[in-house]
Amino acid sequence: MKIRNITLVGAIVGLFIAAPVQAEQQQMKPISKAELWATTCFQCHGAEGQSAGGAIPPLAGYPADIMAQQLKAIKAGTRPSTIMKRHLMGYSDADIDAIATYLGSLKP
Amino acid sequence: MSKFNRRSLIKGLAASGIAFPVMSALQGCSAQPSKNTKPHVVVIGGGFGGATVAKYIKRFDRNIDVTLIEPKTEYMTCPGSNWYLAGLIDVKSLTHNYEALKTKHNVKVIHQIATDINAAAKSVTLDNGEVLNYDRLVVSPGIDFIYDQIEGYSEEVAEIFPHAWQAGPQTHLLAKQIQEMPQGGKFLMVAPPNPYRCAPGPYERISMVAAYFKEHNPTATIMILDPKKKFSKQALFYQGWQDLYGQMIEWYGAQDGATVTKIDVESKTAYSDFDEITADVINIIPAQKAGKIAFKAGLTNETGWCPVDQDTFESTIQKDVYVVGDSSIAGAMPKSGHSASSQGKMCAAAVVSSLNNLPMPETRNVNTCYSLISKDWGISIVGVYENRENRISGIKGAGGVSPMGMTQQERKMEADYARGWYKSITMDVWGS
Repeated sequence: MKIRNITLVGAIVGLFIAAPVQAEQQQMKPISKAELWATTCFQCHGAEGQSAGGAIPPLAGYPADIMAQQLKAIKAGTRPSTIMKRHLMGYSDADIDAIATYLGSLKP
Repeated sequence: MSKFNRRSLIKGLAASGIAFPVMSALQGCSAQPSKNTKPHVVVIGGGFGGATVAKYIKRFDRNIDVTLIEPKTEYMTCPGSNWYLAGLIDVKSLTHNYEALKTKHNVKVIHQIATDINAAAKSVTLDNGEVLNYDRLVVSPGIDFIYDQIEGYSEEVAEIFPHAWQAGPQTHLLAKQIQEMPQGGKFLMVAPPNPYRCAPGPYERISMVAAYFKEHNPTATIMILDPKKKFSKQALFYQGWQDLYGQMIEWYGAQDGATVTKIDVESKTAYSDFDEITADVINIIPAQKAGKIAFKAGLTNETGWCPVDQDTFESTIQKDVYVVGDSSIAGAMPKSGHSASSQGKMCAAAVVSSLNNLPMPETRNVNTCYSLISKDWGISIVGVYENRENRISGIKGAGGVSPMGMTQQERKMEADYARGWYKSITMDVWGS
């Protein structure tokens, strides 16, 4: 009886004001490794991957598969770079895929 | 604002006429303790480390209250300050404020000095007597100077022979001395022993002073007396100095007996086993230790720096207190603004994970330091770091310095990237 009542209330609340209640009750998810590691890219490539106006290309919204492909080519030495090869040698191909996916998901 | 707290929810529901059953359910919820109290993080220090932590805690979890304690309302960065000495940029472009942190990221910023930390009571005392309670404390106080390693040197003497190793009035003083140096005069740098803030910084400074002299005082000479046997990016600096500044720059290290042990203000003389050197402008960059508050709070060990967990940056001495940036002992990472900001992000993730009872993601720190040898000649050093056997360690095969013998185009690209780096990192830390 009691349980059913709460379910009912939940349904009513959900019906009328779904979003805010959900936000209030939603447990935060663990911070992903890809997100945390990608935030260190911002230090050269601009906050949230958006250009700060310098010579270094922004990353937000860049198609993830192309970014991953290019990064792996830089890592392999088949695409020229200045410092990026030295960075990328510190990441596995799977890490590069995950970081590229995260950066590609950011709003340009 | 996206905030929608319980009180406004109840009000809204009451107004919409579906109040009763919903309210009773919500009141059931509110019996749970601490749901209404937001955790509070206090961050001491608004430089690259502290400002990053403050911003990124809010980025990862807006439901944590963050208070940043920083005495200055405007922060002038050390990175870029050498470029200012060469006249390449103005002070304005090196100066950042806290408005974006306040208005865009909802960080509470208090412009006071933190005078004391009570780790047992979990509180911080400010200069104005105010006491702040915290759930987690992050300390990012930068460096302090050791004045007693050179006889005759002191905090007062640093007003005559500036270090300019904390940007601000000291930078202006050194710039003025360089500009007013007599034609054909001598500039002497007394370089610091390891470990210190910004490993290639003294040698970038030499490059920038040489660039200034080449244009305004071409017969001037530069000497460096160094207590170290070698220094960061040495071969690259040497190549640049030789190509651009010819015989202007002389460097002597520990192997030459160039450790300065005594200074005489009156005669402007530096004494070492190498020689007695008299100069017109003397730039003494002294030995360094963790910022004052770290000592006061008992966060330092016998090295004069702060031991920390190599993933979370929590102090290994005080629970719920974290130390990032120059003051922390971060394994193989150099003390730099870039390192501090990287550490700040790892620390922010650690604090947010801890307050939410969530697992901490694996960490990976990075460092990128660009130096300018001239306006069109940049060089760089990179490090990528993992926690290996409880020490932040460089990943084998990654990192390293720019190659020798870069083309002019590559040197120019690295110089442009150096300026791009500055714009990006300062925007990431203070600007957006």
